[in-house]
Amino acid sequence: MGKYIKFFLVGIFFGIVLVKSEAVSWYRIFEMFKFQSFHMYGIIGTAVVSGVLFLLIAKQFNIKTIEGNSIKVPLKAKGLSRYIIGGTIFGLGWALCGACPGPMYILVGTGTISMIIVIAAAILGTYLYGVLKDKLPH
Amino acid sequence: MEYILEPWPWYVSGPLIAIVMFLLLYFGRTFGMSSNLRTLCAIGGAGKKVEFFKFDWKAQRWNLVVVLGAIVGGFIAHFYLSNPIDIDLSENTISDLNNLGFTNAGDSLLPPELFSWENVFTLKGLSILIIGGLLVGFGTRYAGGCTSGHAITGLSSLQLPSLIAVIGFFLGGLLMIHLIYPILF
Repeated sequence: MGKYIKFFLVGIFFGIVLVKSEAVSWYRIFEMFKFQSFHMYGIIGTAVVSGVLFLLIAKQFNIKTIEGNSIKVPLKAKGLSRYIIGGTIFGLGWALCGACPGPMYILVGTGTISMIIVIAAAILGTYLYGVLKDKLPH
Repeated sequence: MEYILEPWPWYVSGPLIAIVMFLLLYFGRTFGMSSNLRTLCAIGGAGKKVEFFKFDWKAQRWNLVVVLGAIVGGFIAHFYLSNPIDIDLSENTISDLNNLGFTNAGDSLLPPELFSWENVFTLKGLSILIIGGLLVGFGTRYAGGCTSGHAITGLSSLQLPSLIAVIGFFLGGLLMIHLIYPILF
């Protein structure tokens, strides 16, 4: 149990940040895709710039994980079709229900119980991908 | 305390999200929320029928704990760390939403037109949530990640596949909002 506490705490922090930043709001996602506010671009942009810096610092100072290994980001497989087609399908859903897989759960915590329907459908969608995987271009 | 209760500006929120990513990497894991959907499929027994779900899901329990924390975090932030104020949306967004039939935009985190029970239990309302969820679940796994895995982690580590995926995210989002919304609403 003890080894899971740190993950629970990171999760709490993540949930708080996404609510306080309003990134979980359907309205903010709509506004982003309408290019009517800098807010979401600012969040994603500063997250990526900070992320790049953190990874550079980790490399420069050879910061190890708590297990003593080098900090490594898993590499995504090479490819084009899966990223552009899969990405577009996800984008359609993201804009339709205004929630990506993190916010879906967080919004349940904010009291939107109907979001469980979206989560259940997303699990089913993932299952469908698993079934069709070998027939799809990757 | 007042600063905490107000909505947090983007230049505070973005770096904090990067800290989440970094902490998970520091713990020897990675930041990827959509992977949990695959894990949930495996827990539900999908591995008996489909090869893709035949993996050691118990090794992914840590990520489900992150999800559990995120739900609790959402609860804490919404009920204890927020002044009840409207989302400061742009004027154009509010008027565009009004034209689509979404009134009181920004009053709450989500539009009651889509998420209140009375609208959820209409054919259209239910279809939107189910189709939206299906697309998210299918698309994220097809693309091998979502906003956390590709847009934050993948771009931070300068991976080309993630850039392509993020371009896809926007392609899909723009199609939905600019072409499909005017038909739907």
